[in-house]
Amino acid sequence: MNLLDVDNLWVKFPTRTGIFDAVRGISFSLGQERLGIVGESGSGKSMTGRAILKLIRPPGQIIADRIAIEGDDIIAMNERQMRKVRGERISMVMQDPKFSLNPVMTVGDQIMEAYRTHTRSSKTDAKRKALEMLEAVSIRAPERVFRAYPHEMSGGMGQRIMIAMMLIPDPRILIADEPTSALDVSVQTQVLGIIDRLVKERGMGLIFISHDLNLVSSFCDRVLIMYSGRIVETCQADKLHEAQHPYTRGLLNSLPRLDAPNRRLEVLQRDPAWRDAPSVSGRI
Amino acid sequence: MNAVDISDLNVWFGKGRDRVDAVRNVSLTLAQGGSLGLVGESGSGKSTILRALTGLAPSWTGQMTVAGKTLGRRRTRTFYQTVQMVFQDPYASLHPRHSIDQVLSETLTLHGYRDIEPRIEKLLADVGLGPSYRFRYPHQLSGGQRQRVAIARALAPEPAILLLDEPTSALDVSVQAEILNLLTDIRAERDLSYMMVSHDLAVVGHMCERIAVMQNGEIVETMSVEDMRAMRMTHPYSKHLLSASMGLPTDEALSDL
Repeated sequence: MNLLDVDNLWVKFPTRTGIFDAVRGISFSLGQERLGIVGESGSGKSMTGRAILKLIRPPGQIIADRIAIEGDDIIAMNERQMRKVRGERISMVMQDPKFSLNPVMTVGDQIMEAYRTHTRSSKTDAKRKALEMLEAVSIRAPERVFRAYPHEMSGGMGQRIMIAMMLIPDPRILIADEPTSALDVSVQTQVLGIIDRLVKERGMGLIFISHDLNLVSSFCDRVLIMYSGRIVETCQADKLHEAQHPYTRGLLNSLPRLDAPNRRLEVLQRDPAWRDAPSVSGRI
Repeated sequence: MNAVDISDLNVWFGKGRDRVDAVRNVSLTLAQGGSLGLVGESGSGKSTILRALTGLAPSWTGQMTVAGKTLGRRRTRTFYQTVQMVFQDPYASLHPRHSIDQVLSETLTLHGYRDIEPRIEKLLADVGLGPSYRFRYPHQLSGGQRQRVAIARALAPEPAILLLDEPTSALDVSVQAEILNLLTDIRAERDLSYMMVSHDLAVVGHMCERIAVMQNGEIVETMSVEDMRAMRMTHPYSKHLLSASMGLPTDEALSDL
Protein backbone atom coordinates (compact mmCIF):
# COMPACT_ATOMS: atom_id res chain seq x y z
CA MET A 1 0.00 0.00 0.00
CA ASN A 2 1.20 3.49 -0.82
CA LEU A 3 1.80 5.99 1.93
CA LEU A 4 -0.17 8.57 0.00
CA ASP A 5 -2.54 8.46 -2.96
CA VAL A 6 -3.87 11.61 -4.57
CA ASP A 7 -6.55 11.30 -7.25
CA ASN A 8 -7.67 14.24 -9.35
CA LEU A 9 -6.83 17.05 -6.93
CA TRP A 10 -8.08 20.56 -7.63
CA VAL A 11 -7.48 23.69 -5.59
CA LYS A 12 -9.81 26.56 -6.46
CA PHE A 13 -9.95 30.16 -5.33
CA PRO A 14 -12.97 32.33 -6.16
CA THR A 15 -11.94 35.80 -7.36
CA ARG A 16 -13.81 38.83 -8.62
CA THR A 17 -13.20 37.68 -12.18
CA GLY A 18 -14.25 34.07 -11.70
CA ILE A 19 -12.73 30.96 -10.21
CA PHE A 20 -8.96 30.64 -10.27
CA ASP A 21 -7.66 27.07 -10.40
CA ALA A 22 -4.31 26.90 -8.63
CA VAL A 23 -4.10 23.12 -8.99
CA ARG A 24 -5.95 21.52 -11.88
CA GLY A 25 -6.65 17.82 -11.52
CA ILE A 26 -3.38 16.15 -10.60
CA SER A 27 -2.90 12.54 -9.49
CA PHE A 28 0.17 11.04 -7.89
CA SER A 29 1.25 8.60 -5.25
CA LEU A 30 4.05 8.43 -2.72
CA GLY A 31 5.83 5.35 -1.41
CA GLN A 32 8.82 5.15 0.91
CA GLU A 33 10.75 7.49 -1.32
CA ARG A 34 11.89 11.06 -1.79
CA LEU A 35 9.50 12.64 -4.25
CA GLY A 36 10.43 16.07 -5.60
CA ILE A 37 7.88 18.57 -6.90
CA VAL A 38 9.47 21.35 -8.96
CA GLY A 39 8.09 24.32 -10.83
CA GLU A 40 8.14 28.10 -10.95
CA SER A 41 6.29 30.33 -8.53
CA GLY A 42 2.61 30.04 -9.26
CA SER A 43 2.85 26.53 -10.66
CA GLY A 44 0.78 25.13 -7.78
CA LYS A 45 3.49 23.13 -6.07
CA SER A 46 3.06 24.67 -2.62
CA MET A 47 -0.74 24.55 -2.96
CA THR A 48 -0.46 20.83 -3.62
CA GLY A 49 1.52 20.37 -0.41
CA ARG A 50 -0.92 22.40 1.64
CA ALA A 51 -3.94 20.67 0.10
CA ILE A 52 -2.67 17.27 1.29
CA LEU A 53 -2.82 18.61 4.85
CA LYS A 54 -6.12 20.39 4.10
CA LEU A 55 -4.46 23.66 5.04
CA ILE A 56 -6.13 25.83 2.39
CA ARG A 57 -8.17 28.57 4.05
CA PRO A 58 -11.69 29.31 2.84
CA PRO A 59 -12.79 30.70 0.43
CA GLY A 60 -10.18 28.44 -1.21
CA GLN A 61 -11.53 24.97 -1.92
CA ILE A 62 -9.91 21.55 -2.12
CA ILE A 63 -11.67 19.15 -4.45
CA ALA A 64 -10.40 15.64 -5.07
CA ASP A 65 -11.70 12.20 -5.88
CA ARG A 66 -9.48 10.83 -3.15
CA ILE A 67 -6.59 11.85 -0.93
CA ALA A 68 -5.66 8.73 1.00
CA ILE A 69 -3.02 8.40 3.68
CA GLU A 70 -2.15 4.74 4.06
CA GLY A 71 -5.57 3.94 2.66
CA ASP A 72 -7.59 6.37 4.83
CA ASP A 73 -9.39 9.00 2.81
CA ILE A 74 -8.95 12.44 4.39
CA ILE A 75 -11.32 14.30 2.09
CA ALA A 76 -14.33 13.37 4.20
CA MET A 77 -12.59 14.09 7.51
CA ASN A 78 -13.65 17.04 9.65
CA GLU A 79 -11.27 19.49 11.33
CA ARG A 80 -11.16 17.47 14.56
CA GLN A 81 -10.15 14.32 12.73
CA MET A 82 -7.64 16.28 10.65
CA ARG A 83 -5.87 17.45 13.80
CA LYS A 84 -5.12 13.80 14.52
CA VAL A 85 -3.67 13.43 11.03
CA ARG A 86 -1.51 16.54 11.02
CA GLY A 87 1.71 15.97 12.87
CA GLU A 88 0.95 12.35 13.72
CA ARG A 89 0.76 10.97 10.20
CA ILE A 90 1.89 13.85 7.96
CA SER A 91 3.83 16.92 8.89
CA MET A 92 5.25 19.83 7.03
CA VAL A 93 8.45 21.84 7.22
CA MET A 94 7.98 25.36 5.89
CA GLN A 95 10.40 27.62 4.07
CA ASP A 96 11.43 30.14 6.67
CA PRO A 97 11.97 29.24 10.34
CA LYS A 98 11.81 32.96 11.19
CA PHE A 99 8.10 33.02 10.42
CA SER A 100 7.16 29.50 11.44
CA LEU A 101 8.45 29.24 15.00
CA ASN A 102 6.63 30.90 17.87
CA PRO A 103 8.81 33.88 18.85
CA VAL A 104 7.59 34.09 22.45
CA MET A 105 7.97 30.42 23.41
CA THR A 106 11.24 28.66 24.13
CA VAL A 107 12.43 26.08 21.62
CA GLY A 108 12.04 23.31 24.19
CA ASP A 109 8.46 24.24 25.05
CA GLN A 110 7.51 24.27 21.38
CA ILE A 111 8.99 20.85 20.71
CA MET A 112 7.42 19.43 23.87
CA GLU A 113 4.06 20.87 22.86
CA ALA A 114 4.30 19.11 19.50
CA TYR A 115 5.01 15.83 21.28
CA ARG A 116 2.41 16.11 24.03
CA THR A 117 -0.37 17.08 21.62
CA HIS A 118 -0.09 13.65 20.11
CA THR A 119 0.95 11.42 22.99
CA ARG A 120 -0.10 11.09 26.60
CA SER A 121 3.17 11.62 28.34
CA SER A 122 4.60 13.28 31.39
CA LYS A 123 6.59 16.50 31.17
CA THR A 124 9.85 14.76 32.09
CA ASP A 125 9.25 12.18 29.42
CA ALA A 126 8.51 14.86 26.81
CA LYS A 127 11.62 16.76 27.81
CA ARG A 128 13.80 13.69 27.42
CA LYS A 129 12.24 13.00 24.01
CA ALA A 130 12.73 16.63 22.91
CA LEU A 131 16.40 16.59 23.89
CA GLU A 132 16.88 13.31 22.01
CA MET A 133 15.24 14.84 18.97
CA LEU A 134 17.44 17.95 19.13
CA GLU A 135 20.42 15.67 19.20
CA ALA A 136 19.04 13.73 16.25
CA VAL A 137 19.02 16.93 14.16
CA SER A 138 22.72 17.45 15.01
CA ILE A 139 22.37 20.25 17.51
CA ARG A 140 25.52 20.20 19.58
CA ALA A 141 24.25 21.75 22.80
CA PRO A 142 20.67 20.46 23.09
CA GLU A 143 20.27 21.60 26.71
CA ARG A 144 21.14 25.18 25.84
CA VAL A 145 19.02 25.27 22.68
CA PHE A 146 16.12 23.75 24.63
CA ARG A 147 16.04 26.84 26.87
CA ALA A 148 16.65 29.36 24.07
CA TYR A 149 14.15 31.47 22.12
CA PRO A 150 13.92 31.27 18.31
CA HIS A 151 15.48 34.72 17.76
CA GLU A 152 18.67 33.46 19.40
CA MET A 153 19.06 30.83 16.69
CA SER A 154 20.62 31.12 13.23
CA GLY A 155 18.60 30.22 10.13
CA GLY A 156 20.12 26.78 9.84
CA MET A 157 19.54 26.04 13.53
CA GLY A 158 15.96 27.29 13.26
CA GLN A 159 15.29 24.97 10.36
CA ARG A 160 16.75 22.02 12.28
CA ILE A 161 14.50 22.89 15.22
CA MET A 162 11.52 22.90 12.84
CA ILE A 163 12.51 19.48 11.58
CA ALA A 164 12.86 18.19 15.14
CA MET A 165 9.43 19.52 15.99
CA MET A 166 7.82 18.04 12.90
CA LEU A 167 9.36 14.61 13.36
CA ILE A 168 8.82 14.18 17.09
CA PRO A 169 5.26 12.77 16.76
CA ASP A 170 6.78 10.19 14.38
CA PRO A 171 4.76 10.88 11.21
CA ARG A 172 4.82 8.61 8.18
CA ILE A 173 5.04 11.40 5.62
CA LEU A 174 7.04 14.62 5.69
CA ILE A 175 6.26 17.46 3.31
CA ALA A 176 9.15 19.89 3.04
CA ASP A 177 8.20 23.12 1.25
CA GLU A 178 11.42 24.83 0.13
CA PRO A 179 13.06 23.88 3.44
CA THR A 180 16.46 25.26 2.49
CA SER A 181 15.69 28.26 0.23
CA ALA A 182 16.32 30.71 3.07
CA LEU A 183 19.65 29.10 3.97
CA ASP A 184 23.22 29.45 2.73
CA VAL A 185 24.52 26.74 0.42
CA SER A 186 26.85 25.15 2.95
CA VAL A 187 24.15 25.07 5.64
CA GLN A 188 21.74 23.81 3.01
CA THR A 189 23.71 20.61 2.46
CA GLN A 190 23.79 19.99 6.23
CA VAL A 191 20.04 20.41 6.63
CA LEU A 192 19.36 18.21 3.61
CA GLY A 193 21.70 15.57 5.03
CA ILE A 194 19.71 15.57 8.27
CA ILE A 195 16.35 15.30 6.50
CA ASP A 196 17.69 12.50 4.36
CA ARG A 197 19.10 10.51 7.28
CA LEU A 198 15.94 10.80 9.40
CA VAL A 199 13.59 9.97 6.55
CA LYS A 200 15.64 6.86 5.76
CA GLU A 201 16.01 5.72 9.37
CA ARG A 202 12.31 6.01 10.04
CA GLY A 203 11.15 4.57 6.71
CA MET A 204 9.16 7.71 5.91
CA GLY A 205 7.96 9.15 2.63
CA LEU A 206 9.20 12.63 1.75
CA ILE A 207 7.62 15.19 -0.54
CA PHE A 208 10.24 17.79 -1.34
CA ILE A 209 8.87 20.97 -2.90
CA SER A 210 11.46 23.20 -4.54
CA HIS A 211 12.15 25.55 -7.41
CA ASP A 212 15.78 24.42 -7.58
CA LEU A 213 16.14 21.81 -10.32
CA ASN A 214 19.73 20.87 -9.54
CA LEU A 215 18.96 20.36 -5.89
CA VAL A 216 15.93 18.17 -6.57
CA SER A 217 17.85 16.17 -9.13
CA SER A 218 20.64 15.35 -6.70
CA PHE A 219 18.49 14.89 -3.59
CA CYS A 220 15.28 13.09 -4.64
CA ASP A 221 14.41 9.70 -6.13
CA ARG A 222 11.56 10.77 -8.38
CA VAL A 223 10.40 14.17 -9.65
CA LEU A 224 7.09 15.70 -10.71
CA ILE A 225 7.42 18.84 -12.81
CA MET A 226 4.47 21.21 -12.43
CA TYR A 227 3.34 23.99 -14.76
CA SER A 228 0.25 26.15 -14.16
CA GLY A 229 -1.43 23.68 -11.84
CA ARG A 230 -0.72 20.50 -13.75
CA ILE A 231 1.98 17.87 -13.84
CA VAL A 232 3.67 18.18 -17.23
CA GLU A 233 6.31 15.51 -16.78
CA THR A 234 7.58 12.95 -14.29
CA CYS A 235 10.95 11.25 -14.26
CA GLN A 236 13.64 9.61 -12.18
CA ALA A 237 15.46 12.40 -10.38
CA ASP A 238 18.90 11.41 -11.65
CA LYS A 239 17.48 11.50 -15.20
CA LEU A 240 16.09 15.03 -14.78
CA HIS A 241 18.79 16.43 -17.03
CA GLU A 242 17.52 14.19 -19.83
CA ALA A 243 13.94 15.43 -19.39
CA GLN A 244 11.94 15.70 -22.61
CA HIS A 245 9.20 18.25 -22.01
CA PRO A 246 10.07 21.64 -23.57
CA TYR A 247 9.15 23.39 -20.31
CA THR A 248 11.55 21.29 -18.25
CA ARG A 249 14.22 21.66 -20.93
CA GLY A 250 13.64 25.43 -20.98
CA LEU A 251 14.05 25.68 -17.20
CA LEU A 252 17.22 23.60 -17.29
CA ASN A 253 18.71 25.59 -20.14
CA SER A 254 17.96 28.93 -18.52
CA LEU A 255 20.29 28.11 -15.62
CA PRO A 256 23.78 29.57 -15.83
CA ARG A 257 26.31 26.77 -15.56
CA LEU A 258 29.79 26.84 -14.14
CA ASP A 259 30.99 24.00 -16.34
CA ALA A 260 29.50 25.28 -19.61
CA PRO A 261 29.83 29.05 -19.92
CA ASN A 262 27.93 30.92 -22.61
CA ARG A 263 27.51 34.63 -23.16
CA ARG A 264 23.74 34.66 -23.29
CA LEU A 265 21.34 32.45 -21.39
CA GLU A 266 18.49 30.72 -23.12
CA VAL A 267 15.15 32.35 -22.39
CA LEU A 268 12.13 30.17 -21.83
CA GLN A 269 9.58 30.51 -24.65
CA ARG A 270 6.21 29.56 -23.20
CA ASP A 271 3.85 27.61 -25.41
CA PRO A 272 0.14 28.15 -24.57
CA ALA A 273 -0.42 24.47 -25.39
CA TRP A 274 1.48 23.45 -22.25
CA ARG A 275 -1.27 24.94 -20.13
CA ASP A 276 -3.99 22.98 -21.83
CA ALA A 277 -2.26 19.63 -22.13
CA PRO A 278 -3.77 17.05 -19.75
CA SER A 279 -1.93 16.37 -16.52
CA VAL A 280 0.54 13.50 -16.51
CA SER A 281 -0.03 10.87 -13.85
CA GLY A 282 2.51 10.85 -11.04
CA ARG A 283 1.57 7.39 -9.77
CA ILE A 284 4.27 4.81 -9.35
CA MET B 1 42.37 54.23 -13.96
CA ASN B 2 40.26 51.74 -12.05
CA ALA B 3 36.55 52.24 -11.65
CA VAL B 4 36.70 51.40 -7.95
CA ASP B 5 39.67 51.12 -5.62
CA ILE B 6 39.12 50.07 -2.04
CA SER B 7 41.95 49.66 0.42
CA ASP B 8 41.88 48.60 4.06
CA LEU B 9 38.16 49.08 4.38
CA ASN B 10 36.70 48.35 7.81
CA VAL B 11 32.98 48.67 8.46
CA TRP B 12 31.35 48.08 11.82
CA PHE B 13 27.96 48.40 13.41
CA GLY B 14 27.16 49.14 17.03
CA LYS B 15 29.70 50.06 19.65
CA GLY B 16 31.39 48.72 22.74
CA ARG B 17 30.26 45.24 23.66
CA ASP B 18 27.75 45.11 20.79
CA ARG B 19 30.21 46.07 18.08
CA VAL B 20 30.06 43.86 15.02
CA ASP B 21 32.89 44.10 12.53
CA ALA B 22 31.05 43.43 9.30
CA VAL B 23 33.95 44.14 6.93
CA ARG B 24 37.59 43.75 7.98
CA ASN B 25 40.64 45.05 6.10
CA VAL B 26 39.15 44.59 2.67
CA SER B 27 41.08 45.79 -0.35
CA LEU B 28 39.77 45.29 -3.85
CA THR B 29 39.78 46.87 -7.28
CA LEU B 30 37.23 46.96 -10.03
CA ALA B 31 38.84 47.65 -13.40
CA GLN B 32 37.29 50.19 -15.78
CA GLY B 33 34.67 48.25 -17.76
CA GLY B 34 35.31 45.16 -15.67
CA SER B 35 33.02 43.10 -13.50
CA LEU B 36 33.74 41.83 -10.03
CA GLY B 37 31.61 39.32 -8.15
CA LEU B 38 31.50 39.11 -4.37
CA VAL B 39 30.41 35.73 -3.05
CA GLY B 40 30.04 34.33 0.43
CA GLU B 41 27.48 33.30 2.99
CA SER B 42 24.96 35.61 4.56
CA GLY B 43 26.71 37.76 7.13
CA SER B 44 30.05 37.57 5.35
CA GLY B 45 29.95 41.31 4.62
CA LYS B 46 29.53 41.26 0.86
CA SER B 47 26.48 43.56 0.74
CA THR B 48 28.03 45.82 3.39
CA ILE B 49 30.87 46.67 0.99
CA LEU B 50 28.33 47.89 -1.58
CA ARG B 51 26.47 49.82 1.10
CA ALA B 52 29.69 51.43 2.32
CA LEU B 53 30.51 52.52 -1.22
CA THR B 54 27.12 54.18 -1.69
CA GLY B 55 27.31 55.89 1.69
CA LEU B 56 24.75 53.70 3.43
CA ALA B 57 27.14 52.43 6.11
CA PRO B 58 27.47 54.80 9.07
CA SER B 59 30.90 53.93 10.42
CA TRP B 60 33.91 52.96 8.36
CA THR B 61 37.61 53.53 7.98
CA GLY B 62 39.94 52.99 5.06
CA GLN B 63 40.10 54.47 1.61
CA MET B 64 37.56 54.21 -1.17
CA THR B 65 38.23 55.73 -4.57
CA VAL B 66 35.65 55.85 -7.34
CA ALA B 67 36.72 56.93 -10.83
CA GLY B 68 39.81 58.64 -9.40
CA LYS B 69 37.97 60.58 -6.69
CA THR B 70 38.54 59.65 -3.08
CA LEU B 71 35.29 59.37 -1.16
CA GLY B 72 34.69 61.34 2.00
CA ARG B 73 31.94 61.05 4.57
CA ARG B 74 29.23 62.44 2.33
CA ARG B 75 28.29 61.52 -1.19
CA THR B 76 27.64 64.23 -3.77
CA ARG B 77 25.25 64.29 -6.68
CA THR B 78 28.15 63.69 -9.07
CA PHE B 79 28.90 60.50 -7.14
CA TYR B 80 25.39 59.20 -7.77
CA GLN B 81 25.78 60.09 -11.43
CA THR B 82 28.72 57.71 -11.50
CA VAL B 83 27.52 54.94 -9.20
CA GLN B 84 24.05 53.44 -8.99
CA MET B 85 22.72 50.40 -7.19
CA VAL B 86 20.10 47.72 -7.95
CA PHE B 87 18.68 46.05 -4.87
CA GLN B 88 17.73 42.46 -4.22
CA ASP B 89 14.02 42.60 -3.72
CA PRO B 90 12.06 44.31 -6.49
CA TYR B 91 8.95 43.98 -4.31
CA ALA B 92 10.44 46.14 -1.59
CA SER B 93 12.58 48.61 -3.53
CA LEU B 94 9.80 50.31 -5.51
CA HIS B 95 7.34 52.67 -3.86
CA PRO B 96 3.97 50.87 -3.97
CA ARG B 97 1.98 54.06 -4.60
CA HIS B 98 4.21 55.60 -7.25
CA SER B 99 3.62 54.72 -10.86
CA ILE B 100 6.59 53.72 -12.99
CA ASP B 101 6.39 57.16 -14.59
CA GLN B 102 6.67 58.85 -11.17
CA VAL B 103 9.56 56.61 -10.13
CA LEU B 104 11.59 57.47 -13.20
CA SER B 105 10.66 61.14 -13.51
CA GLU B 106 11.48 61.79 -9.85
CA THR B 107 14.92 60.26 -10.34
CA LEU B 108 15.51 62.23 -13.53
CA THR B 109 14.36 65.50 -11.93
CA LEU B 110 16.63 64.97 -8.93
CA HIS B 111 19.55 64.55 -11.26
CA GLY B 112 18.70 67.79 -12.99
CA TYR B 113 17.48 66.58 -16.36
CA ARG B 114 14.99 68.71 -18.28
CA ASP B 115 14.07 66.42 -21.19
CA ILE B 116 12.23 63.95 -18.99
CA GLU B 117 9.61 62.72 -21.48
CA PRO B 118 11.94 61.27 -24.11
CA ARG B 119 14.30 59.96 -21.44
CA ILE B 120 11.59 57.91 -19.72
CA GLU B 121 10.54 56.42 -23.04
CA LYS B 122 14.14 55.55 -23.89
CA LEU B 123 14.83 54.04 -20.45
CA LEU B 124 11.77 51.81 -20.63
CA ALA B 125 12.71 50.68 -24.12
CA ASP B 126 16.28 49.99 -22.99
CA VAL B 127 15.14 47.59 -20.30
CA GLY B 128 12.67 45.86 -22.61
CA LEU B 129 9.42 47.33 -21.28
CA GLY B 130 6.92 48.76 -23.75
CA PRO B 131 5.48 52.30 -23.36
CA SER B 132 2.26 50.72 -22.05
CA TYR B 133 4.01 50.00 -18.76
CA ARG B 134 4.73 53.63 -18.08
CA PHE B 135 1.63 54.47 -16.07
CA ARG B 136 1.34 51.20 -14.21
CA TYR B 137 1.94 50.69 -10.51
CA PRO B 138 4.40 48.13 -9.12
CA HIS B 139 1.62 45.71 -8.05
CA GLN B 140 0.54 45.50 -11.68
CA LEU B 141 3.94 44.14 -12.71
CA SER B 142 5.56 40.72 -12.28
CA GLY B 143 8.77 40.30 -10.29
CA GLY B 144 10.91 40.34 -13.43
CA GLN B 145 9.21 43.47 -14.77
CA ARG B 146 9.72 45.22 -11.43
CA GLN B 147 13.40 44.37 -11.50
CA ARG B 148 13.52 45.86 -15.02
CA VAL B 149 12.04 49.08 -13.61
CA ALA B 150 14.64 49.06 -10.82
CA ILE B 151 17.36 48.68 -13.46
CA ALA B 152 15.84 51.51 -15.52
CA ARG B 153 15.87 53.74 -12.43
CA ALA B 154 19.52 52.90 -11.82
CA LEU B 155 20.36 53.73 -15.44
CA ALA B 156 18.53 57.07 -15.34
CA PRO B 157 21.52 59.23 -14.30
CA GLU B 158 23.70 57.46 -16.90
CA PRO B 159 26.11 55.94 -14.38
CA ALA B 160 29.43 54.32 -15.25
CA ILE B 161 29.32 51.81 -12.41
CA LEU B 162 26.41 49.61 -11.35
CA LEU B 163 26.34 47.91 -7.96
CA LEU B 164 24.11 44.83 -8.12
CA ASP B 165 23.03 43.35 -4.79
CA GLU B 166 21.60 39.89 -5.49
CA PRO B 167 19.58 41.26 -8.42
CA THR B 168 17.96 37.94 -9.34
CA SER B 169 17.73 35.91 -6.16
CA ALA B 170 14.05 36.74 -5.66
CA LEU B 171 13.18 35.61 -9.19
CA ASP B 172 12.38 32.31 -10.91
CA VAL B 173 15.18 30.80 -12.98
CA SER B 174 13.45 31.54 -16.28
CA VAL B 175 13.02 35.21 -15.30
CA GLN B 176 16.54 35.26 -13.88
CA ALA B 177 17.85 34.31 -17.33
CA GLU B 178 16.01 37.29 -18.89
CA ILE B 179 17.35 39.75 -16.32
CA LEU B 180 20.92 38.44 -16.56
CA ASN B 181 20.76 38.71 -20.36
CA LEU B 182 19.48 42.27 -20.01
CA LEU B 183 22.34 43.15 -17.66
CA THR B 184 24.86 41.62 -20.07
CA ASP B 185 23.45 43.64 -22.99
CA ILE B 186 23.32 46.92 -21.06
CA ARG B 187 26.89 46.47 -19.93
CA ALA B 188 28.09 45.94 -23.51
CA GLU B 189 26.06 48.88 -24.87
CA ARG B 190 27.01 51.40 -22.21
CA ASP B 191 30.47 50.17 -21.30
CA LEU B 192 29.52 49.82 -17.65
CA SER B 193 31.54 48.37 -14.78
CA TYR B 194 29.67 45.94 -12.52
CA MET B 195 30.19 45.00 -8.94
CA MET B 196 27.82 42.17 -8.14
CA VAL B 197 26.96 40.43 -4.89
CA SER B 198 25.42 36.99 -5.01
CA HIS B 199 25.31 33.76 -3.07
CA ASP B 200 24.89 31.85 -6.33
CA LEU B 201 28.30 31.02 -7.77
CA ALA B 202 26.86 30.02 -11.13
CA VAL B 203 25.24 33.45 -11.52
CA VAL B 204 28.43 35.26 -10.52
CA GLY B 205 30.43 32.98 -12.81
CA HIS B 206 28.11 33.89 -15.67
CA MET B 207 28.30 37.65 -15.09
CA CYS B 208 31.75 38.41 -13.72
CA GLU B 209 35.33 38.11 -14.87
CA ARG B 210 36.79 38.28 -11.38
CA ILE B 211 35.42 36.74 -8.22
CA ALA B 212 36.23 37.57 -4.60
CA VAL B 213 35.28 35.03 -1.96
CA MET B 214 34.35 36.46 1.44
CA GLN B 215 34.16 34.87 4.86
CA ASN B 216 33.57 36.61 8.20
CA GLY B 217 34.07 40.08 6.72
CA GLU B 218 37.34 39.29 4.97
CA ILE B 219 38.21 38.49 1.39
CA VAL B 220 39.85 35.09 1.60
CA GLU B 221 40.60 34.71 -2.08
CA THR B 222 40.28 36.57 -5.38
CA MET B 223 40.39 34.64 -8.62
CA SER B 224 39.46 34.83 -12.28
CA VAL B 225 36.32 33.15 -13.50
CA GLU B 226 38.42 30.71 -15.52
CA ASP B 227 40.19 29.62 -12.36
CA MET B 228 36.88 29.16 -10.60
CA ARG B 229 35.47 27.07 -13.44
CA ALA B 230 38.56 24.88 -13.45
CA MET B 231 38.36 24.55 -9.62
CA ARG B 232 41.80 26.20 -9.36
CA MET B 233 41.36 27.83 -6.00
CA THR B 234 43.67 27.61 -3.05
CA HIS B 235 41.68 28.57 0.01
CA PRO B 236 39.76 25.65 1.58
CA TYR B 237 36.70 27.84 2.17
CA SER B 238 36.38 28.71 -1.55
CA LYS B 239 36.64 25.02 -2.42
CA HIS B 240 33.97 24.22 0.14
CA LEU B 241 31.68 26.95 -1.18
CA LEU B 242 32.08 25.82 -4.77
CA SER B 243 31.45 22.14 -4.14
CA ALA B 244 28.44 23.04 -1.97
CA SER B 245 26.97 25.14 -4.76
CA MET B 246 27.52 22.37 -7.28
CA GLY B 247 24.71 20.66 -5.35
CA LEU B 248 26.93 17.86 -4.12
CA PRO B 249 26.97 17.20 -0.40
CA THR B 250 30.66 17.54 0.31
CA ASP B 251 32.51 15.14 2.53
CA GLU B 252 33.36 17.96 4.93
CA ALA B 253 29.72 19.05 5.08
CA LEU B 254 28.66 15.53 5.98
CA SER B 255 31.41 15.04 8.52
CA ASP B 256 30.32 18.34 10.13
CA LEU B 257 27.11 16.67 11.20
